[in-house]
Amino acid sequence: MLYAEAVVEALRRSIEDDERVHLMGQYFLGLTPHRTMVGDLYRKYPDRVYFPPIAELGYVGAGIGAAIAGLRPIVDCATASFTFQAFAQILNEAANIHYMSGGQTSVPMVIHYNHGVRGGGAAQHSHSPQAMMWNTPGLEIITPSHPADLIGLVLTAVASDNPTVWVDHVRLFETEGEVPDRIEPIPFGRASIRREGSDLTVFASSWMVHRSVEAAELLAGEGISVEVVDPRTLVPLDEEAILRSVAKTGRLLVVDECHLRCGVGSEIAATVAEHAHGDLLTPIRRLATLDVPVPFSAPMEEFVEPTVDKIVKAARSVVDGR
Amino acid sequence: MLPDLGPKALVELLGLMLLARRFEEQLIELAQERDIGHFHVYIGQESTGIPALSLLEQGDLSFTNHRNHGHLIARGAEPGPMYAEILGRVTGYCRGKGGTLHLASAEHGFPTTSSATGGCIPPAVGAGLGFQRLGSDRVSVCLMGDGALEEGAWHESANIAAMEQLPVIFLCENNSLEALGQRAGEYPSSTMAASDLTELASVFGIESVAVNGLDTRAIYQTMAEAVDRARAGAGPTFIEARTVRWPGNRPIWPELATGKTELSMAWDTALIRDEYAIWYREQDGLLGFARELVTSGYLTTETALSLDRRASERVHEGLAFALDSPYPEPEEALEHVFAPRRG
Repeated sequence: MLYAEAVVEALRRSIEDDERVHLMGQYFLGLTPHRTMVGDLYRKYPDRVYFPPIAELGYVGAGIGAAIAGLRPIVDCATASFTFQAFAQILNEAANIHYMSGGQTSVPMVIHYNHGVRGGGAAQHSHSPQAMMWNTPGLEIITPSHPADLIGLVLTAVASDNPTVWVDHVRLFETEGEVPDRIEPIPFGRASIRREGSDLTVFASSWMVHRSVEAAELLAGEGISVEVVDPRTLVPLDEEAILRSVAKTGRLLVVDECHLRCGVGSEIAATVAEHAHGDLLTPIRRLATLDVPVPFSAPMEEFVEPTVDKIVKAARSVVDGR
Repeated sequence: MLPDLGPKALVELLGLMLLARRFEEQLIELAQERDIGHFHVYIGQESTGIPALSLLEQGDLSFTNHRNHGHLIARGAEPGPMYAEILGRVTGYCRGKGGTLHLASAEHGFPTTSSATGGCIPPAVGAGLGFQRLGSDRVSVCLMGDGALEEGAWHESANIAAMEQLPVIFLCENNSLEALGQRAGEYPSSTMAASDLTELASVFGIESVAVNGLDTRAIYQTMAEAVDRARAGAGPTFIEARTVRWPGNRPIWPELATGKTELSMAWDTALIRDEYAIWYREQDGLLGFARELVTSGYLTTETALSLDRRASERVHEGLAFALDSPYPEPEEALEHVFAPRRG
């Protein structure tokens, strides 16, 4: 199944399984050619969809209130950079409400966005704000990379009583994966080992999982055995799976589409340094988007993002010191 | 003028106004004895919010702001757990995690309180959207100050409420006017270019009304119409209640500028003397409401004083309860980050 089809399937199942589920927003599949598939869903369930004005702060906040009133909204912010318009509601309201009410009130909503370098998005359409959101306690964060995971994780997100951020990437939409006939909800906090290996652990989430697996295949040809760990959810994080893999390989390369400083990769590197220093044969290496706004022009864009080629080179340098 | 209610209901409203007033006066006194952090008081607005919120029913949701004490009391919250929350005790409504700025009591219809200006507006509108889509006749009330209209959240949310004809009532208590400023013709707020706040709602096609916040009859009737409109699915209402800023709210830290309220001033004008005479005579809605009740014969001065004593007792008991309550265990800071995961 195409990943884009899985997005629609996850939404369809959520709508059909629970009458409290309503969709807010219309760009789950961005402006990609697949977007018409969501349109079919809207036509089938017109009463379960709300098309808001261009008002991310207003309608994400409305999702919060609707969740408090008894719905289970899945709210789409389209491009990740647009979540900044809604940060006051996502970070200062949704993330805090359960806590500051002393557990009286829950906010069972899902907030979807498409993050990262999509090609020509430039500085204002290429952000990966999951690290910023991770730095705000109270949000669950899922980062699916494969169709079956996506459906299972979204089902869990919709059933969760917490605000859950669903991190997607338009470059995932074209990818394909096996999907069983009936997918059960996937518990949060369980990483998936995408490829087993013994020389090096590569941690990657979302779209970077695919680039890391591709790099691992190339490296296998050179005799470097890479294990790719996909956390599937950042909050909660399956720390154990990461530490277990590092204990096995003794080396860690973190591949991350966030900017380098204070990115998701920084947190993973810090966690491993703190808890598994004794297992490390070589220093941890971080590969992330360079600390500049994402540029428009293709050669510059490729220069700043983590590519398969860069992953291969970084992996070699960790394993061979080259 | 008094709301069109029977004497019993009117006297109950006065009881709540007195409870809110005594609650906050005692809080200000407490703040002189010990550091309880910054807080905002509702003194002077009781005659606005208490009649308005008395129209809400079980299941109606209200989303308030940093100036929330009077709103909670209006819907039946108890002084004890309110003080406990303000003092950071585990017996507080939010177990000490919210404090005065985020005081919320879900059982009284306050699911969450935002202290970010305008922060409560989008969720209040969303609750209306939720009720509409659930086919419920419950309503959502957004309790906001005039300052919240300066935030972009207002404009985005008003548009959504209007386009979807949501069961939402925006009760905007404009307290930006000081007594002196109002006399000088200042209106509506020093930092808003609009010359009439209701236009900020009517431009979206929202039914918009400005009322005198001291006129309890007007407040009650306007709110009753707004609630009926919302329950009937006929859309949102914006009410600008023009209140007078209590002189004690002028400084950053509230102080009892007009002293502890002397209820007898409501009927014994000889007691009114000092520089705040205009406050006691014309601008304190609580005194005005009590005055009207006594003048109309709905309430004897003895009963009024007895109601007031009862309010004072309740706030004394409430504070004693809070002061006797333990702080949360520090480790409780780790709880309630997430709702329990099921399955």
